[in-house]
Order: sequence, then C-alpha cells, then structure tokens
Amino acid sequence: MSQFFTLGVMVTVVASGIRLATPYLLASLGETIGQRSGVLNLGVDGIMLLAAFGAYYAALKTGNLWLAVLVALGTGLFVGIIYALITVSLHAAQGISGIGIFLFGLGFSDLLFQVWVGTPLPIPRKLPALAIPGLSDIPYVGDALFRHNLMTYGAFLLVPAVMFLLQRTTFGMNVRAVGENPQAADSLGVSVERTRFVAILLGSSAAGLAGASLVLQGGIFQANLTNGLGFIAIAIVYFGAWRPLGAMVGSLLYGLVQASVVQLKVQGTIPRGASDLAAMAPAIITILALVFLAGRVKAPAALTRPFARH
Amino acid sequence: MLVALGESPWEGLTSLASGAFGSGDRIAATMVKATPLILVGAGISIAFRTSVVNIGGEGQIVAGALLSTFVALAIPDVPRVLLVPIVMLAGLVGGGIAGAIPGALKAYTSVNEILSTIMLNIIMLQFMNFLLRGPLIDPLEVEAGTRIPQTERLSDNAALPTLIPGSRLHLGVVIALFAAAAAWLLLWRTPLGFRLRAVGHSPAAARAAGIKVKRHVTYALSISGSLGGLAGAILVFGSESQRMVTDGSTAGFTGSAGFNGIVTALFGGLHPLWTIPSAVLFGGLLTGATNLQRVLQVPAALAVALNGIVVIFVVSSNRVRSALEAMIQSRSEFNSTSPTDEPEPETFIEEVKQA
Amino acid sequence: MITQNRTWYRLLALLFGFALLAAACGGSDETEAGDDTTASTADGEAMSEEEMAAMDDGPLTVAVVAPSSKEDLAFTQSMVDALNALDRDIDLQITDGTFVVEDAAAAIRGYAEDGVEVIVAHGTQYGGSLAEIAPDFPDTTFIWGTATDTQGLDNVFAYYPAADEGGYVNGILAAGLSTSGQLGVIGPIEAGDAVAYIVGFQNGAESKGAEVSVVYTGSFGDVALAAETATAHLANGADVLTGTAQMVVGAVGVANDAGVPWFGTQANQTALAPDIVVASQVYHWEVVLEEMLALRDSGTIGGQAFEVNLTNGGLVIEFNDGFDLPAELKAEAEATIAGIIDGSISTGA
Repeated sequence: MSQFFTLGVMVTVVASGIRLATPYLLASLGETIGQRSGVLNLGVDGIMLLAAFGAYYAALKTGNLWLAVLVALGTGLFVGIIYALITVSLHAAQGISGIGIFLFGLGFSDLLFQVWVGTPLPIPRKLPALAIPGLSDIPYVGDALFRHNLMTYGAFLLVPAVMFLLQRTTFGMNVRAVGENPQAADSLGVSVERTRFVAILLGSSAAGLAGASLVLQGGIFQANLTNGLGFIAIAIVYFGAWRPLGAMVGSLLYGLVQASVVQLKVQGTIPRGASDLAAMAPAIITILALVFLAGRVKAPAALTRPFARH
Repeated sequence: MLVALGESPWEGLTSLASGAFGSGDRIAATMVKATPLILVGAGISIAFRTSVVNIGGEGQIVAGALLSTFVALAIPDVPRVLLVPIVMLAGLVGGGIAGAIPGALKAYTSVNEILSTIMLNIIMLQFMNFLLRGPLIDPLEVEAGTRIPQTERLSDNAALPTLIPGSRLHLGVVIALFAAAAAWLLLWRTPLGFRLRAVGHSPAAARAAGIKVKRHVTYALSISGSLGGLAGAILVFGSESQRMVTDGSTAGFTGSAGFNGIVTALFGGLHPLWTIPSAVLFGGLLTGATNLQRVLQVPAALAVALNGIVVIFVVSSNRVRSALEAMIQSRSEFNSTSPTDEPEPETFIEEVKQA
Repeated sequence: MITQNRTWYRLLALLFGFALLAAACGGSDETEAGDDTTASTADGEAMSEEEMAAMDDGPLTVAVVAPSSKEDLAFTQSMVDALNALDRDIDLQITDGTFVVEDAAAAIRGYAEDGVEVIVAHGTQYGGSLAEIAPDFPDTTFIWGTATDTQGLDNVFAYYPAADEGGYVNGILAAGLSTSGQLGVIGPIEAGDAVAYIVGFQNGAESKGAEVSVVYTGSFGDVALAAETATAHLANGADVLTGTAQMVVGAVGVANDAGVPWFGTQANQTALAPDIVVASQVYHWEVVLEEMLALRDSGTIGGQAFEVNLTNGGLVIEFNDGFDLPAELKAEAEATIAGIIDGSISTGA
C-alpha cells in the first residue's frame, strides 16, 4: 500500500482518473439537463455508440479530428431529434423509447462498422494532450491536472457552463419549471414541448461528444465500445442529485476509483485472483457514497412524465 | 435495411418467420427463448406497478443462476423430483436477494433504484466472473488449460425434463407460464398485490391507509428480482450444455434478457399475462434473427438494430394512432366509441401517482 | 377489456412494423456489402442425403460459428482466413458474433439440420452444447476449439494452440528489449487461451531476469480501461508491453504514443501500430484443418485432437520488418523457437 501513496503514483492515478471520467462527465451533464426538464433518456448508451462510430468513421477516412467531433455532435443531435419527436411531440413513454434507442444504437453502430469498415484499424491520429502553459509546470499538480486533451478540458469547462445555463438563464429557468411542474409552467406561457425538445437535444449532443471522446482517446471503434458506460452516466446523474457539480463529483469518483484499482493491480497489491472482485469497487463505492453522504434530494417532480395539454 | 445489405427483403422476412415459427423445433426454440423474457417481464410488471423501476434484470438473472448452480454442485445426488424444484427455488432466492438489496436501499436510505440496479448489474457481472473463473470453475478446464469460465456439467438430476422427447421444449416454459399467472394472481387477487398497487398509485395515500410503504417497495423489487433469478436458473438447467457458462460478459449468459424483458413487459402493458404473447413475439424475433444470419449471411447486429427500431416504431405508431383518433373524434361527434385510452404504462404510473 | 385490445394492437403493430422495416428500409445506405463473403450458398434449403451424395464432386460445405466478428483481426478472423487458405474448394458459411452460447448452439444445430458437411464450432465455450448436438448428427463432422480433447465424441475433431510457446518467445524478446527490466501485461479476464499466452510470456521473460506485472482488467470490451492499465504499467517503470483480447487496441495506442515496444498475439497486430509492434504470434489453423479433412476423406470423421504449435507451423512468430530489432535478439528468438521445437526448452506452462 505504501507504494501507492508516493506522489508520482498519485499523479498518475489522478490524471488517469480524469481521463476515465471524461466520457462519464460529458454524458451525465447532458442527461442532467434532460432530466431537469423532466425527460429520462435511457438511450444515452445507444447515442454514444452511434456518435462514436460516426467520429471513428470520419477520423478514419479523413484524419480530421475536428470533423470527427462535428460528426459525433451531429449524430447526437440527429438521434436526439428522433428521441424528442417520439417522447415530446408524440408523448410516448420515455423509458421504453429510450431502451429502443439504446438497442438501435447498439445494433446499428455495429452493423455499420461491420459493413463499412470491418477490420478494426486505429484512426490515424488521436487527440493529443495539451499542456497548459504555466499551469502545467506546477510540480505534480501540473502533470495531474493540466496535461489533458481538449475533450477533457472541454468536459470540465462545461460544468460551470451548464450550471450557468440552468441557474442564470431564462432557458434554464424554463427547464427547471418544466421539470417540476409542467402544468404551471404551461399556464405561465412557457412552451413545455419546446423547452423539453431543446433540453433533449442538448443532452443528446453531449452524449454524442462523450462517444467522440471515447474514440478520440482510444483511437478505435468496436461493437459495444461503450460497454454500458451510458447507463453508468445515468446512474451518475442520480448520484449527483441533478446538479452539474454533482455529476462532476460522481464522474470523478467513478473514474478515480477505477484508476486506483488499475494502479493497485499493476503494483500487485490486489492479487490477481481477486481482480474481478476489485473491478466491482467503483460500483460498490458509488452506492455506499450515496448511502452515507446524500440521497435525500428529490428528483424533478415531473421526471418521466410526458406532457400533453388537455 | 436488408436491401442495403444486398439481400432480398422477402427472403429475409420468410427466413426470419420460418426461423421463428417454421417447424416444431423452431417453435420450441422460440418458446425457450421467450421463457426468460416472460419471467423478467412479469417481474418488471410487478415492480413498475409498484412504481419501482428495475433495470437490474441482468444482475438478478445472474444471481439466481449462480445460487442455483451452487446448490446443484453442492447436492448433486438428490433425486430429480426433489432437486429440480430445489434448484428452481434457489434461483428464486438468489434473484430475490439481488432485488432486495436495491429495494431496501431505496426504501430505507433513499438511494435511487435506477442507480443501484445499474450498479448491481456491474457488481453481479464481476461476481459471476470471479466465481466461474475461480471457486466454481470446471476442474477439467483447469486441467486442460483452456480455462473457459464455466462450471462442470451439472447433475442430470437437476436438469429440467423435456416436455416432448427429442425437442428442446423443456419444463422451464411451463414454469414461466405458471409464474406469469401467479404474478397476475398476486397483483390482482391478493391483499399483498392490492397493497403493492396502492403504493404504486400513491405512496402518500397508501401510507395514510396504514400500508408500510418502505416494506412494500422492498417486496416489489425482491419479487421482481426473484422472477429474474428463476429465469437464470431455467437458463442454466434448460441449456443444451447443462452448465453455467459465459464469455466474460453478462449478455454472454443472459442473452440480454434483463433488458429485453423490460421491453417485453412494456409491450404487454405491464400485465403479467400479456407479457406472454409479447415475449413469444420477441423470442420469435430473436430466434428468427439467428436463422436470418445463418441463411442470408447478414451480420447479427442487424437483429439488435431491428429490435430497437421495432420498439421505437411501435411506441410512436401507437401515439400517432391515438392522435389520429383524437382528431377524427373531435371532427365527428357521433363517434361514440371513444378510445378511452389506457395511458401508456409509465404515464399511467405517474399519472395515477399524482392522483 | 380495453387493456387487452390495446395490447393486441401493440403486438400487431410490432409485426407490421417489422415487416415494413424489412421491406422498406433499403436504399438509404450505400451497398458496400460486395467486399465481404456474403451470398454464396444462401438459400439454406435442407439437402436430402441423396442430394448430398450427388454433390460429392462439388465443393465441401463448411460452416463456422464464432463468437466475435469475422474481421476482428484476432480469434475469429484467424479461423476464417485459415478456411479460405485451404487447398480445396469449399463452400463457406459464417455465423459470427454469437457470443451468447445458446444462440451459437442453435446455429450449430441449424447448420447440421441443413446438411452442412463440416461445422466448425470456434469457441471453447460451445463445447458443452456440442456434446449434446454432435451425437444427433453422426454423419456430420464437427470441428471444435480451442479444446484439448474431443469429449469422447467420434465425430468431433478438436484443435488447440500451444499459445504458451509463442508467449515464451515473445517474453524472451521483451526481456531483451527492456532496459528497466520491468514488463507489463494487459489481459481481459483470467480465462481462456489468454492465460496460456500470458503464462508463457511470463516464464520466458522471467527466465531472462525480467519482472512481469500481469493485470486482468475484468473486461473484454473496455478499451479505455485497457489504455489506462497500459499507462499505469508505464508509470510503474515498465518499458515493454503485451496483451491479449480485443480491448488491447487501447493499450497498443498508449504504447504507440509512448514509443514503447509491443508484442501481439492471435493475429498480426503490426497494422495497429507499425512503428512499435515487434512481433506477433499468429495462428495458422489450416495446418491442422488440412489433416482433419484428409482424415475425413479417408473415412475418419472425428475423434482426434490436434495442437497447432511452432513445430507443425500452426503457430508462427511474425516479425515486423518496420521495427529495428537488434540482430542478436532476433537470433536469440530464433534459437528459442528452435529450442522449443527440439524440446530442449520448456515453456513451463
């Protein structure tokens, strides 16, 4: 254990945890916006997979990473429009529609991959880590926090941005109102449908970015690349009690525990026979943290409830 | 989609249909595939009716399978008439425990069940890998060095008897049908079921009526989980190989029945009996897709994508239809056969909860 | 009851929706299916015994059922490539991506019912099901692996790679390339033939005095976790890496960025990172497949197990010419291969 607490190792763990947290954070921030407006989107994982394939395909064919991010964003937006049409415009049940989106994304991304690409070749280049001038030279802290890629910086910058959006803008107020009491919001002249529509699109675009971050960090696509990551992101939204800051804490917790487990395995502290048991750690710790720390925050009152004017 | 892959859609459809219902064997395969869907679907119905969301089907199936496997390994020599019920019971208990944990967490510590059931899926996956790779692994796998995470061939005394000799149709199908009927009876013909639905309608009103809400939330998830666990036991003791085997993922063992069961339940209108035809159709889609791939050589992923599209298409077409009806109705006032729309399941729960 | 009408409507819509989709969804995507092995036999009609006999001069019908994609640059592709490399005319059908064991069992049974002559069950985990299916089709040849025995079935051939041999050679090379004397291994879960490779690698490297840290991430699919495991290895001083299973592409990327040598297995991984892949252990199943089919021609349709190894050429260490491997190390690797073949070196697995 003592070896674990050397500064050098800690720096590695923190940096690795932040990288692992990036896709969780992006997806859970987006889902936070959606849920605050009263929409539970269980299709996050499917959107991430489709967007990840889009980003992979664009990067593979053109080598242009900006284009890849754009394609992922567009894919997220497009699937978001479909989901919003179904759940908001057609008032369909959110849970089952989301699972439909998930299954579609899971199968269709794999199908496109097999038909259009086939062989899992890595993309020509990945997102490089950018050292932030000045800050990255701070001993230890610089290596842990300020040598990441643009997607990671972007994800963490999105946290205050989403906070601002939800707390300080008219749109954010509408989102919260619509999520708490759509009838009242409607009677005050807020368009429930339009607000939820936009909230879903923001959420699915963020999920698209999360998919892109997986591909641009890992450099590869394969069937079920996300491995249930989108569902974990949904769990993190609950963990974070529908707050952007909470989503960040949840994502970091999950990522850091994963990174610590990896580090302890590499050092041999966790014996190989117990490696599966150790892989449970992030999930167990997330539940325990919620049991002991919080868990009393009320969900948006209108969550999962379709709204139709009567 | 088939056209895009350069295949004839008609051939695709026919091979899908014949793969699902084309012969006695195929129908048997479809029924076997539908079995876990019926059970998980019935369980989901109970949970959702109590206003508890259960996304932990995968973990609960695995938990039931593990406990029943463990029991079969521990007491292989018990006569078949006893051992089969015992391992099924073990499945119920295993899944029940995996359901009770998020249930109790929700009831007594306010940990949201969506979070805990998702996390429990991950935990059970790793627990399964740990057990099947370590304590429960087939000694032959270690000896041969192939080390596939699977148990040895389990006692024949625990094997579910086949209903028609020579076919794959086994007793598990009947058990699932009975379980679905029992779930229906429980929900609508027993005091417990009444209390569960009352909690689902309005926790506050239920509490006012003297119902112990927390306890019933735990019950609901436990019952739901135990039905999933029973599905797990049936997957093990009705399998071709008569053992528990995985590829290192939960889906490798469950075939994603934990997720597909949710879809099945919602198509069945959260009614345990109506999950049966719904599960048969989904089972048909799944076995048909295997056939489709074999005959037309299209990637298996097509089936998963189609599943998703079907779900999306159906939920939205349902809505388009009722929207159209509403429009027609508002135009012609004679149309007295009012749709009296039963709200979509989740809306239903939420709306009633508000009432 | 209205509930029931609604439900029936839902179920009907489900069927209808599916029909519509299958029929109408075409055209949206470009047809690029031309380059895979599709079509061919298609119709899938069951052939009667007479037809089969009449077709004796035609190509041998072969079907493969495998857990991952046929173009996975790894386990499944190695078998598909091997079948295509056979010297005889075969008519090949593939069901890939069947990681659900019961689905694979259904596919195997389906091919057998269709009268396919040789069915390759390419996954150890299919063995339990095969033991139930094979006796029902006594005239069909089943080829199953990776497995060390045929479970006593006389219409089953088994095949197994001595993956520890290539692991051992890679381990010797890795230890020679390392300056820190520390090597990192990334595995999925501690199961299957990943274990044999890793044990061989470890023994080879340790025989040269290197220290090996082996990490099983707990997942076949988590590319990001594999990448972070590689990063952690590097942070702890490892300067040569290897790994198995499909998620290692994440780790290969990390090795590539850090300029650290990488060793591959199952397929030639040079394409993943042309600058840093030193050598890959590659399976050539055709060596044993030829033997099996020759036996089948002479009337023995199963009952024997075959091993691919360095000796029979079923395992080959393919070096990457783009990597500047010191001549004396390459010589040492070749001496090791020779030693394993003549039995003077034991991999200890």
